[in-house]
Amino acid sequence: MINSSLTQLGAALRTKKISSVELTQSYLDRIARMNPELNAYITLNPEISLAQARAADARLANGNADPLTGIPVAQKDIFCAKGWLTTCGSKMLHNFVSPYDAHVITQFNNAGAVNLGKTNMDEFAMGSSNETSHYGTVKNPWDVSRVPGGSSGGTAAAVAARLCAAATGTDTGGSIRQPAALCGISGLKPTYGVVSRYGMIAFASSLDQAGPMGRSAEDLALLLNTMAGFDERDSTSLQREKEDYARDLNKPLNGLRIGLPKEFFAEGLSGDVAKAVEAAIAEYRKLGAIIVDISLPNTKLSIPVYYVLAPAEASSNLSRFDGVRYGYRAPEYGDLADMYEKSRAQGFGAEVKRRIMIGTYVLSHGYYDAYYLQAQKIRRLIAQDFTDAYKQCDVIMGPTSPSTAFKLGEKGDDPVQMYLSDIYTIAVNLAGLPGMSIPCGFGANDMPVGLQIIGNYFDEARMLNVAHQYQLATDWHGRAPQL
Amino acid sequence: MRRNKRFMIPYRARFDKALNPFMSLSLADVEKVARLARLAMTDPELQAARDQLNNIFGLIAEMQAVDTTGIEPMSHAQDVAQRLREDKVTEANQREAFQAIAPQVENGLYLVPQVIE
Repeated sequence: MINSSLTQLGAALRTKKISSVELTQSYLDRIARMNPELNAYITLNPEISLAQARAADARLANGNADPLTGIPVAQKDIFCAKGWLTTCGSKMLHNFVSPYDAHVITQFNNAGAVNLGKTNMDEFAMGSSNETSHYGTVKNPWDVSRVPGGSSGGTAAAVAARLCAAATGTDTGGSIRQPAALCGISGLKPTYGVVSRYGMIAFASSLDQAGPMGRSAEDLALLLNTMAGFDERDSTSLQREKEDYARDLNKPLNGLRIGLPKEFFAEGLSGDVAKAVEAAIAEYRKLGAIIVDISLPNTKLSIPVYYVLAPAEASSNLSRFDGVRYGYRAPEYGDLADMYEKSRAQGFGAEVKRRIMIGTYVLSHGYYDAYYLQAQKIRRLIAQDFTDAYKQCDVIMGPTSPSTAFKLGEKGDDPVQMYLSDIYTIAVNLAGLPGMSIPCGFGANDMPVGLQIIGNYFDEARMLNVAHQYQLATDWHGRAPQL
Repeated sequence: MRRNKRFMIPYRARFDKALNPFMSLSLADVEKVARLARLAMTDPELQAARDQLNNIFGLIAEMQAVDTTGIEPMSHAQDVAQRLREDKVTEANQREAFQAIAPQVENGLYLVPQVIE
């Protein structure tokens, strides 16, 4: 059962081969056994989960079930869920029981899915290894001495270890795709504006986007059908016709033009990752695709641009955490300013403080034009690179991450090294494009390698088609870690 | 408030590294940033932050060499106009629920240290 697709699980639930309560309990048992080592979940609430499962069983019995009714889905701890502790990986929110639901949570609740628990993450989604979480680092299920990636590392580890049927993530600079790659699962960051950010704790608002993480492209399509849609409570939510993201899954790939950016295969890419990605491209040729060499000349600039814009937006967004209305307040303080300064100093971890300081500096008087405005101008050049590239190809492919999962603690003390590992994913967020990662083999030390598929705006259905056809022809996505 | 000369570099000079050494932050700069960001920091923390921020700004410096004359800044992922909504109440009053999770409240008010004598 734990290796079944969401479609198979849905069918088993509808034909009463298994109840949602049984399915939910079996996952909770598995979590109780394995989570102490993997630390993929921050919060479990079996009472709420099982109550949702009972309600789902009643709905299944009534015959008005949705495709996800009764299916246990884990939620990244960045999504506010009513009655659930919602920490965002931070001590700042160690006691924050959300009084309301994020739009994404509401969508899953309306579909009758079971909230299985809140997954671990880098603090406020700032990190690429899950080592900045206040609640302890997550272990990679393929090798527990290695990182799962980040910031959606708990979600990626939970999906890979079969500690949930599927889960959610968010992606500001690669936080869905990189952990998906490092844990050997599939993950999709939709076009900016497709999934509402309401109730999703903000990091960098012009880049943040929620998306599904699961074991196959087919599963992702079902999840995205539930997550996507207009929501007036998010002013950047896009008003578009509702679409079925699974509609094109079975289209053949004959004549598909795949662009390979030369910058993604240059210096800095590990040999083992290059080999697996090249083998995947060869597979696509067999499936009828045409390979086109392209260039994204400003790729390298995406890192400096991102590390100006994201911290700038973060420094503004995180100013709300002041110890007054919710969250952590220092136990001792003098005047109001002292209360703010001590609460924030004690409530935030080192990486979050670092980014708040970068953001505060680049937005401060006298530096705004040189840093922030210059970064916004280069952001346009980066987006224009993609627009030019899509005149020659339908999708862009390359590695998701320059290497496979690194050792815990290996890059922890060197922020710059950590930032450089986001080189292939960040530009996609800056441009607002959809991107995904699917497993495409194994590299050194038998660690998973991810293939990145970048689509044009609103081309999620085609990307899922491209991924699904590969997953029909290969079985990398079906491999599971030995636990 | 003490004025920091580095924050007053003329516009043009900011793009000339010879005239403008701002890639290297002083301890006073970091102290000022920490104060603006409302983060209490000890001296060893300030020193560590300075070194790390200087490394990060070394990475960011690459940006300064790019000619962006005439390029419109891209402030958002989609070039769409901000959607406006009707000015009407859409949220129900949930004061009790919100105050239940506050660090300190009294008589329906959030308590903070006295700010007016």
